[in-house]
Amino acid sequence: MYPSAFEYKAPATLEEALTMLAEVGDEGRVLAGGQSLIPMMKLRLAVPGVLVDINGLPGLDFIEGANGHLRVGALVRHNDIVNSGVVAHANHTMAAAAPWIADPLVRNRGTVCGSVAHCDPEGDWNSVMLALRARVVARSTGGERVIPIDDFVVDFFTNSLQPGEMVTEVRIPHYSGPAGGTYLKLERKIGDYATAAVATHLQLDSAGKISQAGIALTAVNSINTRAAAAEEALAGETPSEELFREAAELAAQASDPEDNVRGPAEYKRDVVRVYTRRGLAKALELAQAS
Amino acid sequence: MEITVTINGQARTSDVQPRKLLVDYIRSDAELTGTHIGCDTTSCGACTVLLDGVPVKSCTVFAVQANGKSITTVEGLRQNGQLHPIQEAFKEHHGLQCGFCTPAMMLVGTALLDKNPDPSEDDVRWAISGNICRCTGYVNIVKSIQGAGKAIQAQASGQAS
Repeated sequence: MYPSAFEYKAPATLEEALTMLAEVGDEGRVLAGGQSLIPMMKLRLAVPGVLVDINGLPGLDFIEGANGHLRVGALVRHNDIVNSGVVAHANHTMAAAAPWIADPLVRNRGTVCGSVAHCDPEGDWNSVMLALRARVVARSTGGERVIPIDDFVVDFFTNSLQPGEMVTEVRIPHYSGPAGGTYLKLERKIGDYATAAVATHLQLDSAGKISQAGIALTAVNSINTRAAAAEEALAGETPSEELFREAAELAAQASDPEDNVRGPAEYKRDVVRVYTRRGLAKALELAQAS
Repeated sequence: MEITVTINGQARTSDVQPRKLLVDYIRSDAELTGTHIGCDTTSCGACTVLLDGVPVKSCTVFAVQANGKSITTVEGLRQNGQLHPIQEAFKEHHGLQCGFCTPAMMLVGTALLDKNPDPSEDDVRWAISGNICRCTGYVNIVKSIQGAGKAIQAQASGQAS
């Protein structure tokens, strides 16, 4: 299968890339890992006129803590997260999700930021980013915007980038004090999309109460979804099995899955319920141990 | 667009359309047909090659993206007329039946052994989990990769002593 013909540009600097993107406007797409974009182009679901390949840009492969954030640059591959000591130490939810992205070969090539920008509701990273209240940094020749993830993920395969903008990094808040989280994903086989998956994150205060909860769902709506009612039910409360059951029920209610080859809707809603409860229990265990 | 790609140690310069996939460049332009096209949808891994030493699915990379880079295909495993230890191991442990997935399995295996010369069964199964084999049930593929690791280590310690 061949994509439609396109013009290929391989800039050597970020400034050059941004100038190219500004010139081509909405005809242009950024090519990073290409592990979603190239298959979509082969199926002619995406038909960009110009590809701006950012793989040659220096200095975008950083994973680092800075100013209360974990910063993940636009050329960080999924596998870099799997192997990152920084992530393993700083963020349980990301560390738990990374090994379950696609398969090892795709992880060698695909990027976190590319996946975030792709906004595939069956993609894993945007649930992780929602649960962690991450922010997306977008650059253009006009400057920089820092976009909360809730505003970045607009709809099915739709982000809030303007023509000429590209994602240069995601910033995940560094949670000080007791915090924990995980990502639980049910998939039929390695490399398949999730049947359903749940990202969880809990932050505790000094009294052991939940100061902030993050719960987001993959593959059960037309968009990665924050389980807002479940988060609210947890905030300010003392963690307990009963409370987690209640939150899990609210998370299940926030899902609206479809019947498909990966299972009937009711089954997927059950998976959300069970994985939310288990995910919260794991998050609590990790937070109390931290 | 003119690109120069080093395939199995040999630099090649050619003019390609940007939309040409790396796997087609390898098979049609370089005439190295050991790299297979299976699903063509990033699922099966039959088209795996090493791009600067890292295993990737060459149906999901454009040839122009390999400009200035180095590719290893199955044809590059044999050195000086000698089979690579992983090729010997696949032969010895009967790690293939129809052979369609084998070039990819061997390349993924060598990339794993470069990082981890003595992988557990789980390590091997995890490493090859992006590659589908429809014949063997994987058991002998795992044995082959582990066997190659042992052979490489034995060779290295033989040279050291």
